[in-house]
Amino acid sequence: MLNYLKLIALGLITLFAMIGASYARDLAYQVHMILIMLVAGGLFLWTLRRTDEPVSATDLSLEYNDGVIRAGVIATAFWGVIGFLVGVVIAFQLAFPVLNFEWAQGFLNFGRLRPLHTSAVIFAFGGNALICSSLYIVQRTSAARLWGGNLVWFVFWGYQLFIVLAATGYVLGGTQSKEYAEPEWYVDLWLTVVWVAYLAVFLGTLVKRKEPHIYVANWFLLSFIVTVAMLHVVNNLTIPVSIWGSKSIILWPGVQDAMVQWWYGHNAVGFFLTAGFLGMMYYFIPKQAERPVFSYKLSIIHFWALIFLYIWAGPHHLHYTALPDWASTLGMVFSIVLWMPSWGGMINGLMTLSGAWDKLRTDPVIRMMVISVGFYGMSTFEGPMMSIRAVNSLSHYTDWTIGHVHSGALGWNGMITFGALYFLVPVLWKRERLYSLGLVSWHFWLATIGIVLYAASMWVTGIMEGLMWREVDANGFLVNSFADTVAAKFPMYVVRGLGGVLYLTGAIIMCYNLWMTVRRSPAKEASLSTAVPAE
Amino acid sequence: MSKKPVQQNKDPETTGHSWDGIEEFNNPLPKWWVWVFYATIVWGIGYTIAYPAWPLVNQATAGLLGYSTRGEVAEDIAEFEAQNAEINARLEGVELASIGDDPEIYSFAVSSGEAVFRTWCAQCHGSGAAGAVGYPNLLDDDWLWGGDMEAIHYTISHGIRNEEDFDAHYSEMPAFGELLEPEEIVQVVNYVQVLSGGQAADPSQVEAGEVVYLDQCSACHGEAGEGDIFQGAPNLSDAIWLYGGDYETLMETVTYSRFGVMPPWQTRLTEAQIRAVTAYVHQLGGGE
Repeated sequence: MLNYLKLIALGLITLFAMIGASYARDLAYQVHMILIMLVAGGLFLWTLRRTDEPVSATDLSLEYNDGVIRAGVIATAFWGVIGFLVGVVIAFQLAFPVLNFEWAQGFLNFGRLRPLHTSAVIFAFGGNALICSSLYIVQRTSAARLWGGNLVWFVFWGYQLFIVLAATGYVLGGTQSKEYAEPEWYVDLWLTVVWVAYLAVFLGTLVKRKEPHIYVANWFLLSFIVTVAMLHVVNNLTIPVSIWGSKSIILWPGVQDAMVQWWYGHNAVGFFLTAGFLGMMYYFIPKQAERPVFSYKLSIIHFWALIFLYIWAGPHHLHYTALPDWASTLGMVFSIVLWMPSWGGMINGLMTLSGAWDKLRTDPVIRMMVISVGFYGMSTFEGPMMSIRAVNSLSHYTDWTIGHVHSGALGWNGMITFGALYFLVPVLWKRERLYSLGLVSWHFWLATIGIVLYAASMWVTGIMEGLMWREVDANGFLVNSFADTVAAKFPMYVVRGLGGVLYLTGAIIMCYNLWMTVRRSPAKEASLSTAVPAE
Repeated sequence: MSKKPVQQNKDPETTGHSWDGIEEFNNPLPKWWVWVFYATIVWGIGYTIAYPAWPLVNQATAGLLGYSTRGEVAEDIAEFEAQNAEINARLEGVELASIGDDPEIYSFAVSSGEAVFRTWCAQCHGSGAAGAVGYPNLLDDDWLWGGDMEAIHYTISHGIRNEEDFDAHYSEMPAFGELLEPEEIVQVVNYVQVLSGGQAADPSQVEAGEVVYLDQCSACHGEAGEGDIFQGAPNLSDAIWLYGGDYETLMETVTYSRFGVMPPWQTRLTEAQIRAVTAYVHQLGGGE
């Protein structure tokens, strides 16, 4: 019966996409409709072939659903490399503008590739890392198989489709020009559907858990899923110009739109890149260190403080703009009060290692996780500092912001994800150990040096250009033109690009190592995939 | 089933929960963490009393310090304006041509003009004023509309071929693609190449080109190609080109014409600023 409903739905979608492709008003929409038509049509045939076939009746309810997590691990590594690669390309495009090739204008120039890079790294790499590790963690810490049967496969493939629609949209010019929220209305609608399904799977699993309590990692992961849903919907309330085109108009006028955008943008950082990844941290660090979490009390207090405070901090992105001063003050104050709640996670992560510090020498995976928490602490100090109006008047619009974001993204999000992948692959593919710890060490050092080059060069060039912009002579006249500041940044741009190359190289080494772990490492005898509550 | 965490001597109490082998110590909150957290909250409350912060029904609290971001910028600007008010008045008062006679006014005008230039003019003319294709180089002595102080001042004040200022310089070269036969355009382009001291793409066309030139072009560009600053007609007898002196570019220029535009600045800059940037451009190398 369900299959017949699916067939009807898929048939209608295919038909609609077909009509959409022929009436399309712009290229991005047309390509997307053809893509949707192919996907829905293919799924239609696939479903048709399976309809009324006998189903094997194996009872899987006592087994963890690890297939989708394995797929998520592969997707995370794949999109990570793509995202880093595009990042390296655009870094060199800024240093050497000639790389904005004439033949690729309008498709592969900096302006088109930049959102591709940010979305690939945050949503494709980070998003897949969050989805697959959250679904792993919620199963293990609830001692229950994922709720909803194959719904989770819909979440996985639906999310990949969202990524492909977003990425191709940027290159073809389909963007609503809201930072980190560039996809147009129909892609937003699709993501909403996928995200609600994700929430259902996660919540459903929590509800049927066999453990009496909900583990702290799951609080963070749930807050991440719920808040991102809210942010995404409110920031994307648009009216399509035509149902046959990608263009849409946002509901919020003027500075209200800016405020909603940065309420969204800052909490994408706060709940996607912070709360979600703290959830990962709270599982993988105690597991890898084989030590209890440092303080339960601290985890409660910093969790509630963090999610209460983060949501108000957005206005600090709009200091000295049309935003009223009172909103800007509140954004700044909440950002600074947020400092300690953010550091609560760092303390809990680092102190969990007390009694296991020797592992830093012997286990490069732990080293990766520790440096990630270190970068987390650094950027959550730097963030509140940059939100101070006086500091912001120097740092805003400069490369300092870019440096700040990357010390967080490369250092914290990247490193904890690498650590999680190194943890997950042997478990998921039932291998005794990783193929090579030496290669993990190589990855660790390449990535760390890459981040240092990146962040240091951006700090230098950011502060330099900030000072150059405001430099006045004795009579109060500006000394530098904008182009002077651009020219002065050239050497730092090259260093930044090289840092990116190192980071990318490390990620490629990781992919090789993980691949060889699956192919070559000896298999583990005992199954780890049975859902049994911890005693 | 799951691995037990390594318990060590002197370990504190755990909460007794365990998930997939993960336990939690019952450690208290670190003291320094709590106190710094409290301190930021107290500071935050104080700050919101001092600065505009809490939204009420009709407007937000203004803060005890009377601070506003706009006020901060206005103060900065007012300070320099007060400091420069006297010399700006003097700059506006002197004869344009004699700005250079008073060293104090002149050095002020040049540094002020440089700032104006870098803010408003560099986008088209380049931060070094060397121009770009379609945007004149201001470092040489090849002037389209005149290069003495008065002429530069007029051009900056009113602009060129814009629709906002009735006094803007205006002239329009015809698109000769509509007036001449294609072979005549080829001829005249070859002639102009020779006129500017270069090599003709096809020397056999030059002679015929001279006839076309004298018929069609010399009224504005002059019989010897010397140009005319009263019509903004470029000098064709030198090697300086606004759009380019190669065969293809000249074919395009003659066929379709050009229509370079410059905005009027008197609506956006003060008289003192215009005089200052005039002095700055004049001293770059080509002033007359």
